[in-house]
Amino acid sequence: MSELQREVSELEKKSATAARLFDIRRIIGGLFTVYGIIVTVAGLTASDADLEKAVGVNINLWTGLGMLALGLFFLIWLWLRPVAPPTPAPAPPAE
Amino acid sequence: MRHLADGPYLADGLRLPTNGLDYTILAIYFAVVLGIGFAARASVRTSLDFFLSGRSLPAWVTGLAFVAANLGATEILGMAATGAQYGVAVVHWYWIGAIPAMVFLGLVMMPFYYGSKVRSVPEFLLQRFDRPAHLLSSVLFAFAAILIAGVNLYALSIVVEALLGWPQWVSIVVAGFFVLAYITIGGLSSAIYNEVLQFFVILAALIPLTVLGLKRVGGWDGLTGSLEKSHGSDFLSAWGGTGIGDANPLGANWLTIVLGLGFVLSFGYWTTNFAEVQRALSAKNLSAAKRTPLIAAFPKIFIVFVVMIPGLVAAVLVPKIGTAGSGLTYNDAIPLLMQELLPNGVLGIAVTGLLAAFMAGMAANVSSFNTVFTADIWAKYVVRDRDDTYYLRFGRIVTAVGVLASIGTAFLAASFSNIMGYLQTLFSFFNVPMFVVFIIGMFWKRASVKSGFWGLVAGTVAAMVNYFVIYKQGVIAIPTDQGANFVSAIVGFVAGAVVMVAVTLFTAPKPEAQLAGLVYGTRSPGMEEAPSEGDDAWYRRPALLGWGAVLLAAACYLPYSF
Repeated sequence: MSELQREVSELEKKSATAARLFDIRRIIGGLFTVYGIIVTVAGLTASDADLEKAVGVNINLWTGLGMLALGLFFLIWLWLRPVAPPTPAPAPPAE
Repeated sequence: MRHLADGPYLADGLRLPTNGLDYTILAIYFAVVLGIGFAARASVRTSLDFFLSGRSLPAWVTGLAFVAANLGATEILGMAATGAQYGVAVVHWYWIGAIPAMVFLGLVMMPFYYGSKVRSVPEFLLQRFDRPAHLLSSVLFAFAAILIAGVNLYALSIVVEALLGWPQWVSIVVAGFFVLAYITIGGLSSAIYNEVLQFFVILAALIPLTVLGLKRVGGWDGLTGSLEKSHGSDFLSAWGGTGIGDANPLGANWLTIVLGLGFVLSFGYWTTNFAEVQRALSAKNLSAAKRTPLIAAFPKIFIVFVVMIPGLVAAVLVPKIGTAGSGLTYNDAIPLLMQELLPNGVLGIAVTGLLAAFMAGMAANVSSFNTVFTADIWAKYVVRDRDDTYYLRFGRIVTAVGVLASIGTAFLAASFSNIMGYLQTLFSFFNVPMFVVFIIGMFWKRASVKSGFWGLVAGTVAAMVNYFVIYKQGVIAIPTDQGANFVSAIVGFVAGAVVMVAVTLFTAPKPEAQLAGLVYGTRSPGMEEAPSEGDDAWYRRPALLGWGAVLLAAACYLPYSF
């Protein structure tokens, strides 16, 4: 094993990312749910000028609902499949 | 990989009618960006955590970050500009100019990169070749990363000034500060998480813009109908007018597109640019590292539509876009549609997406710069053999120095934008021989330790001579800079290969024992680890993902080729 391999393997053992880094699905889910609600409400209260600008499409409503769906998708995914805790090193065989 | 079109970045008079709702959306995003940085801090214990996320992230995260690191705002605005200028030919930068290289990186090169446990692309050169090759590529990469980060920041300030009316220095300092904060605190994990978030926000901005743009010009049929009348049918075909000797606006024929863009330039960028490869090296195991560029390939295939269509729509709405008469440059395509079509709310999302893309483009360069500067330059040539906490602290300081240097570069770019364009062209030629050195080093055991350095030098010089002397002095007529770029890449590749072979024949090979895991046909010790649970599922098989992406990209060409 080369010197580099030894050094990086050592660091991998001490690394804290796997155990302590939070799950990004929570952030994506949270942000898109909030954005989805804000933009959907903007769509529900759209003025005629807004609609006219967006060539007759209530784009805020559709985009808001889309973002809301994406946000909920990430939250449900997180809820259904939480990250498995890091596997502990195999126990030494019993005598 | 794509610069903005020439000329002023944005025309005046594109001020967006933003209101409090849009600014609320923007403010929430900035708060989340900082929050991610602080929340990731607890996970940084070693330098490996800071520079490579401890090699522990899942493949879907690194894959989306891989594509987002490339999806900077200069890329988005620049590709929409290319669409408005050259038409459907912009698909070449995606389907032939990205997908094959990404698949090659995942299926063929990743076992050597990830398995050898190198922490950066230059470090691989140190293992396979020698210190001169390593130092040369590290230093050039560090300079190029700061330059690109600075240019990104400068482009951001121009766009923000035009769209929101903020003075340039305000946006340079604010964006620089946010990037500095979240990378210094959270390291690569924070950069990668923000890239994943940016990926979704930019899509949430571009998809509504594309839908409304199409509706505005009467759908796809309306779009193609008007463009056929105004620009001719070649504008709507990927290969129309690219026969050798034919004239076309791109200034390139099918051969230089396939070899220059599709092979040399694209493989050089996607497989050896550390700002990209770093994302794959932070994956949690070899299977996830291989899948990183493969997962990225699928969004990459389809992103071209949400970038090209706004460009084409802009060419319909303002037929003279890009000429002096219209008052608009090609780069204005997306901002123009934002102004014309998006009501408040979605407009805020679009502004947020654009700013996020600028910051991610800068952050990808800063987070790769700090790794190369610390692990490759400082720890190997300046202060060696200190304990890990020293290098972790040094990495944080270098991140701050890198951001400050980018801010300085951005201010310089504001005064000397021509020099910046020139420098970017200059550095782009360095990427070309990187690929030839890697490919020969990985596949030819005999390639000697000295051949790497001389291959890099010869390829770079040949590409530059071809571009600056043979093309610019008019020795050989090539219609456009773009076409000349493709030809220079091919020349650099061939020269690098020839010199490597020649040097190898006269110098000693590397002892076989030291090549384990670095050359095709050898294995790294410890690579035989069993796949972790679930990695053997059929939809996670790298070969299936990779070949699926290639076939899909080829199929996408069909409607635009006849």
